[in-house]
Amino acid sequence: METAVFYVLATIAVASAVLLVLFRNPVYSALSLVATLFAVAGLFVLLNAYFLAAVQIIVYAGAVMVLFLFVIMLLNLGHSEALESTVGRYRLTGVIFLCALLVAQLTAVGTRQLRGPVAENEALRTENVQTLGKLLYTDFLFPFEVASIILLVALIGVVVLVKRETPETT
Amino acid sequence: MAVATSHYLILSAILFSIGVAGVLTRRNAIVIFMCIELMLNAVNLAFVAFARHLGQADGQVFVFFVMAVAAAEVAVGLAIIIAVFRNRETVDVAEVNLLKW
Amino acid sequence: MDYALESLIKIAIVLGVIITTVAYVVLAERKVSAYIQNRLGPNRVGPWGLLQPLADGLKFILKEDVIPNHVNKAIYLIAPAAILVPALMGFAVVPFGDTLMVVGREVQLIISDADIGVLYILAVSSLGVYGVVLGGWASNNKYALMGGVRASAQMISYELSLGLSLIGVLMIAESLKLSDVVNLQATGTVLGVLPAWFVFNQPIACLVFMVSVFAETNRLPFDLPEAEQELVAGYHAEYSSMKFAMFFMAEYAHMITASALIATLFFGGWHLPGVDPTDSSFALSVLKVLVFAVKTAFFLFVFIWVRWTVPRFRYDQVMRLGWKYLLPLALLNVLLTGLYLTLNR
Repeated sequence: METAVFYVLATIAVASAVLLVLFRNPVYSALSLVATLFAVAGLFVLLNAYFLAAVQIIVYAGAVMVLFLFVIMLLNLGHSEALESTVGRYRLTGVIFLCALLVAQLTAVGTRQLRGPVAENEALRTENVQTLGKLLYTDFLFPFEVASIILLVALIGVVVLVKRETPETT
Repeated sequence: MAVATSHYLILSAILFSIGVAGVLTRRNAIVIFMCIELMLNAVNLAFVAFARHLGQADGQVFVFFVMAVAAAEVAVGLAIIIAVFRNRETVDVAEVNLLKW
Repeated sequence: MDYALESLIKIAIVLGVIITTVAYVVLAERKVSAYIQNRLGPNRVGPWGLLQPLADGLKFILKEDVIPNHVNKAIYLIAPAAILVPALMGFAVVPFGDTLMVVGREVQLIISDADIGVLYILAVSSLGVYGVVLGGWASNNKYALMGGVRASAQMISYELSLGLSLIGVLMIAESLKLSDVVNLQATGTVLGVLPAWFVFNQPIACLVFMVSVFAETNRLPFDLPEAEQELVAGYHAEYSSMKFAMFFMAEYAHMITASALIATLFFGGWHLPGVDPTDSSFALSVLKVLVFAVKTAFFLFVFIWVRWTVPRFRYDQVMRLGWKYLLPLALLNVLLTGLYLTLNR
């Protein structure tokens, strides 16, 4: 059962990731990325990471991708581009690099002994949110605060970047 | 029967490679951005798979941080794209070559 | 196997009840608006117009289904489904009663008492925006596009205060399970007399949540994405027949889920003061479901009431309210709750 669900989700994830790269219309690309994100959220559930699955949907599907769609609509980019402007001159380089990368990764994964038994952590499965919350506010307190500062800096940076220069009103 | 960790890692590798391919071949800045998000997601998947494999929550906490940084990065990135579009009327990275000179 | 069957039956019942309620909330909206405007409302089809929803449904099905030539067909067809599905999904974690003894087994009256219940609600509610944005974009019409852009900006803004307003509640409940949140409200009192509902514990959170939920459901005074006078009908201007009906149903399904959530999170869910929350005899269990239904119905009435008595905001007013008032208010609430909890430790 779990294996079947895994393969279905994996197929959805890979297929829509490929479509994300191939679609010429940015809106279609964005929607296929949403499909990938949902499949990954499903895989998080399979891996017992319930909290991350929910956060994945809230942050990525609910906010980030809506922001992408918003910008595409705002800049009126939602029309298909001509083929030559879609794929750059580096197509061959890209494909070669991609194959090399994939082979390297697969060998790296294949040569390790990862088929062994999975370590059991009962608390992580049954009390997922509590476990993560405790870790975040104890061992990872400093990174947590830094992350909040990063978000604040990003917030201010975005306002500065997008604000139009207004004539001085003196 | 739980799915072996290596399966998740292979899937993660495939997704990451597709993201890299997208970044290398596409010229629309927004699509490139989406491919970067795809790569981050592939990495997150590997993190969570390892977290289960080792029975430790640290991997999941790390994914949480990756998501926070990714959200900040998307906001800034899209703001830059909007700013560039206002100046150049394009999001094609091949035409945004001001820094080449 | 038993568990799967039980869940399927619960899902079927809940879906059936919601769809029927949607039909009758539409009728209620027309009736209440009529009374507010000193009219009679629909009263020709059946006694007091009670069969009107049936007639409306038939009319929608029999109308010609026009797909304009200039639309982006694939996305145009996905959009109505993309808005209706999240609207219905939200109900999956709402406890609509305590437990009920049916044919010798104790059934929990909630489809899935997930550990991440509250997060699930936030996730699902954040997906509602897709149908609006995609419908608006695919229609390839400037009014529809304006509606879609407005919807995405508005819903992202109000999601923040929606999520932050719940944090105060969660800090007290110490659980993301909605059943735990309700059980906590069913025990103890506030100030000795009032029931321990979160509306009394967390009045600021309740206010912020209710306003944000109005914005999330795109109801007046936040109906800028469809504002008839400015945008014709906004994102669903190009839709007809059953596809329009799906947008319409989604709006009411959203309202029902939102009302149920307000009742669950802030008004004690199925809890009625004076009724022993631990007693699970058959009569009391049914009473609890009824109490929940009455509370939800009351908030549905509030939705309708507000729509027909409050004018629409201007766009800048919506953004200012969301970012400059609700968001700081929600943060203040988190701070105050944290202070209170620390000092009372």
